[in-house]
Amino acid sequence: MTTTLIRGGRVIDPSQGIDTVVDLAIEDGKVVGIGTSNVTADRVIDAADMIVCPGLIDMHVSLREPGFEEDESIASGTAAALAGGITSVACMPATQPVVENRAAAEFILLQAGRAGLANVFPLGAVTKDCAGEELAEIGQLVEAGVVAFSDATRPLANAEIMRRALEYCGMFDRPIFNHPAVPELVHGGVMHEGYISTELGLRGMPAAAEDISVGRDIALAEVTGGRVHLQTISSRGSIDQIRRAKAAGLRVTAEITPHHFTLMDDRLRTFSSNYKVDPPLRTEDHLTACIEGLKDGTIDAICSDHQPFAPEKKMRELNLVPFGVSGLETLLPVSITSLIEPGHLDWPQLIAKLTSGPAGILGIPKGTLAAGADADVTIIDPHVRWKIDAAQFRSRGRNTPFDGWEVQGRARTVLVGGEVVFAVS
Amino acid sequence: MGAALNPVRFAGRIGARNDRVVTLGLTGHALMNFATASDSSIKDRWTKRHLLGLEYLTADEITMILDQAAEFKRLAAQGETKLSLLRGTAVANLFFEPSTRTRTSFGLAAKRLSADIVEFTAAGSSLVKGETFIDTARNIEAMGVDQVVVRHSTPGAPHLLAQNLKTSVLNAGDGTHEHPTQALLDIFTIREHRGTLKGLTVALVGDISHSRVARSNIWGLTKLGARVIVCGPATLIPKHVERLGVEVATSLDKILPELDCINLLRIQFERQRGGLFPSIAEYAHLFGMNGDRMKAAKEDVMILAPGPINRGVEITPEVADGSHSVILDQVTNGLLIRMACLYLLNPPKPSLTTN
Repeated sequence: MTTTLIRGGRVIDPSQGIDTVVDLAIEDGKVVGIGTSNVTADRVIDAADMIVCPGLIDMHVSLREPGFEEDESIASGTAAALAGGITSVACMPATQPVVENRAAAEFILLQAGRAGLANVFPLGAVTKDCAGEELAEIGQLVEAGVVAFSDATRPLANAEIMRRALEYCGMFDRPIFNHPAVPELVHGGVMHEGYISTELGLRGMPAAAEDISVGRDIALAEVTGGRVHLQTISSRGSIDQIRRAKAAGLRVTAEITPHHFTLMDDRLRTFSSNYKVDPPLRTEDHLTACIEGLKDGTIDAICSDHQPFAPEKKMRELNLVPFGVSGLETLLPVSITSLIEPGHLDWPQLIAKLTSGPAGILGIPKGTLAAGADADVTIIDPHVRWKIDAAQFRSRGRNTPFDGWEVQGRARTVLVGGEVVFAVS
Repeated sequence: MGAALNPVRFAGRIGARNDRVVTLGLTGHALMNFATASDSSIKDRWTKRHLLGLEYLTADEITMILDQAAEFKRLAAQGETKLSLLRGTAVANLFFEPSTRTRTSFGLAAKRLSADIVEFTAAGSSLVKGETFIDTARNIEAMGVDQVVVRHSTPGAPHLLAQNLKTSVLNAGDGTHEHPTQALLDIFTIREHRGTLKGLTVALVGDISHSRVARSNIWGLTKLGARVIVCGPATLIPKHVERLGVEVATSLDKILPELDCINLLRIQFERQRGGLFPSIAEYAHLFGMNGDRMKAAKEDVMILAPGPINRGVEITPEVADGSHSVILDQVTNGLLIRMACLYLLNPPKPSLTTN
């Protein structure tokens, strides 16, 4: 029986509405509780001036294994997660082979166990090979431990398939995660359609492509009573519709990435592939709407949409490089810098979008410091100013638009199951 | 004057004839058609390492290129067609997309300046074997190339090379982004006939959305003080284009009487298949330049086309071959513009000027 005491930190646990300076006691990998205890612990971690919160959850991560180990492995990706203060990740099924059956899902869990770092919650494919045509073996995937379903970056283009998937997943009370976009409107696109795309001669992806898809998914959530989770939303139109859907009591949730509330399309003037993301970086109007959506709770979760790529894949012509950024190690500091520093969110609001928010959508027993919960804890130094250096990433993907950025705050100590698995030296 | 003298001494090694050529370039500004009354040569004032687009040049820099081309034109008229200014240097023509006119023009321009020219085509190259674009360019650079001329289907590809190579990079067309030397030769041709761009109304007609020629012309023309109208089917005019400082028209007939110059962009037939306009015939009916429209145009209107032209589509033969057409002048001037660009961008080589 080992006991750990995290002493004197500001404990923020949105799942219980806690925000107070207090000690946190851990025993045998579980949370005992908070309070000023007199227990003599085997180990004491001084957390004075630090924020102590449930281990962060990144609900949108591509770990690339199996099939694309040149980009990332489950071991390297989960190491990157810990370095970013993230103790649990939900990983996308677009591996090779696709996570469309029980064996594939169990392989992910097996490799995650071997790595022994962050917790991994696999998503299963909605359709076979993420091709959008026939449903994958959803029931067996649930039995294997899959927590939700998505065709990853492939939008579920066929409304009939989306409808049937929502009905079918309803049997297991699992959500469908959709990447909202009308494929024919974004086909061949590289960036947001607007003035900058006109100036640069780059093919645009109109915000309407996202708005239309979000509208359709909300309508289907109403028809089926199913749970729709809208991935990486980025447009004002999406946010307005989601706000209304929530007000109407529909089971619709949404997530956003730090780059979508931090960066705009003018970055593409550099033609750097690190700004090529899907959905694309948009304009100030959309960015402002994203921040409003975060403030008023329309957006439930902040995720990295971690898309690591081997350097040779991103060092190419802009129309050939894949979309995406390596985001696990910048999720927290960029969120703090973009949301806390300017006063858009307070700490409990931000922590909620990184813990209880994603935990509720994924339906996983994480993101809480309630007594008896797994002792996954992130201790954040909210004051430290530091410079992001992609060369130091644990991830194999160094494709970040934030390389060299001065940011505030980072995870100082990370515990999974009561054990310290990462600490800034 | 030290740096400016480099080409003189360099050329002086080669022969008196070339010596004279450069001496004229340095001191004969009173003879130049459009040269400013500056004491130093144009090259001496040039600071940019790359020519990636007209967006990145000032009006003064654009004028410097035009003036240098005018100087080359004056020399050519005197029979000075072969200059030694770039002897000992090498230019690589990296064409990752098919081209006849631009490629030949750059090749001849390099030869007229006595540079060695390396020709590279994507078909049959290592690209087919999976080598990346940057690696291919780096390999060619490692052979000792001083300037790289690049044509590529992706916007920003020349920028990628500029970030990864030590040589000068000249954009010979990057996807639907920019084609600076084409716009420079269009502008040169207009200036040659009209003396100035200021106060002229220039229409760019056709597929604006997918046209690198249009974008470069918009930057260049507006910087030099022309009024620019883009005209074409609404499906081929990109969103927010007016923020580039141009006016938008969807009726050619309405604007026709106001135009001093009409630049007829090539229509690509695949756009019609992509559903962007109903038929070639309808396009020609609404936007094609023909004899009837010429009657409604100004008496001294200039007709330009970047080519290759589709006779009977954006332009009828009577207009293309008529007295208002400067299409072949454009081609002639293209050579001079490319000579000017290669010459100005070539870094001085002090090591060659010893002795």
